[in-house]
Amino acid sequence: MDGLNIPLNHILLVSSLLFAIGMMGLMIRRNIIFILMSLEVMLNSAALAFVAAGAHWGQPDGQIVFMLILTVAAAEVAVGLGLVLQVQKRFKTLDMDHANRMRG
Amino acid sequence: MLEITLFYVAATVALVATVLAMTRTNAIHALIYLIVSLLAVAAIFFLIGAPFAAALEIVIYAGAIMVLFVFVIMMLNLGEKGDQQERQWLLSKIWAGPALLAAVLFAELLYVISTVEGPVSTTAVSAKEVGLALFGPYVLAVEIASMLLLAGLVGSFHLGRRYLERDGFDDRSEK
Repeated sequence: MDGLNIPLNHILLVSSLLFAIGMMGLMIRRNIIFILMSLEVMLNSAALAFVAAGAHWGQPDGQIVFMLILTVAAAEVAVGLGLVLQVQKRFKTLDMDHANRMRG
Repeated sequence: MLEITLFYVAATVALVATVLAMTRTNAIHALIYLIVSLLAVAAIFFLIGAPFAAALEIVIYAGAIMVLFVFVIMMLNLGEKGDQQERQWLLSKIWAGPALLAAVLFAELLYVISTVEGPVSTTAVSAKEVGLALFGPYVLAVEIASMLLLAGLVGSFHLGRRYLERDGFDDRSEK
């Protein structure tokens, strides 16, 4: 029976790999759109870990936390993309190094 | 056995698509790879017995959030100039350090999860169970999520409205 099921630590391995890739993308990119995309990848990998843990115990709690993460991601992207439009309007570029002062 | 094979295929697709998405220079190409990655993660959700989460992943992540990205990229109209700029920023001396740091943190994570054992259960957690738990012990979390969405709605409306009123797209392209 054990050999036939998906092992939990392999799912966690995929999840942490996705998180590491997302974090690398967050650090190497300067374009704010790519930064937001990397944040999405990282949130998604955390959600994968939650759902995997919920499936391990056969409880619905993991999926509920997944839905909360989905809500956070949706709100974050909506506000973040609004900020992208503002940055593009003010600085005429998406390079975050140009937006490093608080009163811009 | 079939489930395990499908899981490894989906996991490989997710990882490869994410790496490609993080290294593209064109924003739309990166976005499409990201959608592929999210669909692969939805397949993993389905295989580990979370069909409701899989459906939500496709409908909200791959559907709604990615469409939002597409809209904004289309509004910004980056084009070939943005591609060249991205290519300049993606030199190996720039990404080597961050990649090393991310690899170190990943190794630590690997060490932590190496003690985890046991398979995921094959019985699917149905949408009914999720709904019962959501509106039973987690009802406060639903309220907090609704307030968060309201704050996101107001914030994005505020930011987007000022963008449209003061300085339209036509004005900017003429300057």
